[in-house]
Amino acid sequence: MNSNTLWLIGRRLGAAVVTLLIVSMVVFAITAVLPGDAAQQSLGQFATPEQVAALRVKMGLDQPGVLRYLHWLMSLLSGDMGTSVSNAVPVTELMAGRVPNTLMLATATALVSVPVALVLGIGSAMGRGGRLDGFMSFFTLMMVAVPEFLVATLAVLIFAVNLGWLSALSYSSEITSPWQFMRTYALPVMTLCCVIVAQMARMTRAAVIDQLDSPYVEMARLKGVSRVRVVLRHALPNAIGPIANAIALSLSYLLGGVVIVETIFNYPGIASLMVDAVTNRDMALVQACTMLFCAAYLTLVLIADLCAILSNPRLRNQ
Amino acid sequence: MNNLIGKPQTAAVALALGKDPHGSSWLGLIGAALCVIWLLVAIFGPWLAPHPVGEVVSDNVFDSLSAAYPLGTDYLGRDMLSRILVGARFTVGLALVAAVLSSGLGTACALLSVVSPKWLDELISRLMDAFISIPSKMLALIMVSAFGSSVTLLVCAAVLSYTPGAFRIARSMAVNIEALEYVQVARTRGERRLYIACVEILPNMLNPVLADLGLRFGFIVLLLSGMSFLGLGVQPPDADLGSLVRENIGGLTQGAPAIVLPALAIGTLTVGVNLFIDRLSSRRNRRTGGH
Repeated sequence: MNSNTLWLIGRRLGAAVVTLLIVSMVVFAITAVLPGDAAQQSLGQFATPEQVAALRVKMGLDQPGVLRYLHWLMSLLSGDMGTSVSNAVPVTELMAGRVPNTLMLATATALVSVPVALVLGIGSAMGRGGRLDGFMSFFTLMMVAVPEFLVATLAVLIFAVNLGWLSALSYSSEITSPWQFMRTYALPVMTLCCVIVAQMARMTRAAVIDQLDSPYVEMARLKGVSRVRVVLRHALPNAIGPIANAIALSLSYLLGGVVIVETIFNYPGIASLMVDAVTNRDMALVQACTMLFCAAYLTLVLIADLCAILSNPRLRNQ
Repeated sequence: MNNLIGKPQTAAVALALGKDPHGSSWLGLIGAALCVIWLLVAIFGPWLAPHPVGEVVSDNVFDSLSAAYPLGTDYLGRDMLSRILVGARFTVGLALVAAVLSSGLGTACALLSVVSPKWLDELISRLMDAFISIPSKMLALIMVSAFGSSVTLLVCAAVLSYTPGAFRIARSMAVNIEALEYVQVARTRGERRLYIACVEILPNMLNPVLADLGLRFGFIVLLLSGMSFLGLGVQPPDADLGSLVRENIGGLTQGAPAIVLPALAIGTLTVGVNLFIDRLSSRRNRRTGGH
């Protein structure tokens, strides 16, 4: 760790903050400035012009967009995200009830998918060109291509309807035993894992192969080191950075997948809250959820980049 | 932002383009066949449909496969085969329009930024970077919440979220080509910027751009059918394949073909496109001697 690396990391952090700011501008522009007049909308088309004007002043809509954006941003930063119109409850309260559920789902998915993906990725890198590798490359291509709801419906059909092992609906409130936890989380986690494992395994394979092709591995092989030892002792320590990068990037796929999975399994998480908000056109809630998702996404990409910076010896020891 | 892979789709593009080229020719053929079949269905499907799309033809809802209704019936007793044949036109047509628009727009912006002064290049790149940091589903969701769902809006949302990825890929190729001798010669010859962009650079990056267009088409199919599945995409009485999955979700516990078949239809379409593109790009890699 030296000043050069610190400078790189600092610059990357700064870029992340700026990007988040720009994202907030885009979100605000789409949700609040562009689409017509919220006052007109809430009063209906029979309102008199005076009524609309009065409500516009009350809602602050008579101010220019830039001022409204700054005001919105300030209250967002101070933790006040407004009131949900359809529920008449503060947005923060609604979200606080849902965030732990989604985090739970994401954690369970990460805990299952990371080890599986690492084993598959490293395994297919070791047997490059072999049967496992061929199967893996076909499987990952399929998984990247099919929609999440196909995986989810097939999983429900097989495990819940035909075999009757699991329940088709998720309720995270009634969990009392580990067995019950397994039963409720198995299907959503399995669906999310399918897509993520495919991505992660593919990137892990590429990272390990990149190392296996390097001269020092050839040297170790010529020295007579066993295959397993070459991979575990020589190649893996150098591939950890790219692999961490791959894990963080793959986990950002969760954000898209979780929207579908929470809806299909009726899971009370933040993504299904957002889908409901979009359906009811509950703008304050939509804005807050979007910002949360975008922030989470940017954080994961940021972590991926930081892993890449920190693991690059050329940057570290310059 | 310096991350090379800013959005899932770009990552998958890189993965698919950099894949090992060994022995998958029959998979490529299957992919090409699936693409052709779905294209034909999208064009001729509505004429082949045995029953009117909206007509309730059977008393049995969620019927299984039979001679009268080859793909069963849906939650109202409508013929599934007809609904899938018509729905495919929406799915394929909308995604095709959006994919062509986003690839075209992305490539045009890339060419513009490569031949323009530095500040314009910077400006376009930063703007694209900002849009690439909003996950496509999030962008589509906020746009639907603000403007309400319509076919035009869905295409706009898809174009807005997939143009930056196309731009990035096209720009990185254009920058490389721009540094080659023949472009420098053209520049010294005093050719205009438009000429350099369209005659010197564009023809030499057309193949990868078309491959990228295919992959983008696959991602847009997933995005649009995902939105329809959430009930925020194509609105009734029209239905694309995603809406068919949604409206028949009640048949899930019975294992009705009405829910499985449209989902499988989307799967075969996107898998077909991916296999086909994968084959094309690996063949190109082999020809040029790379990887």
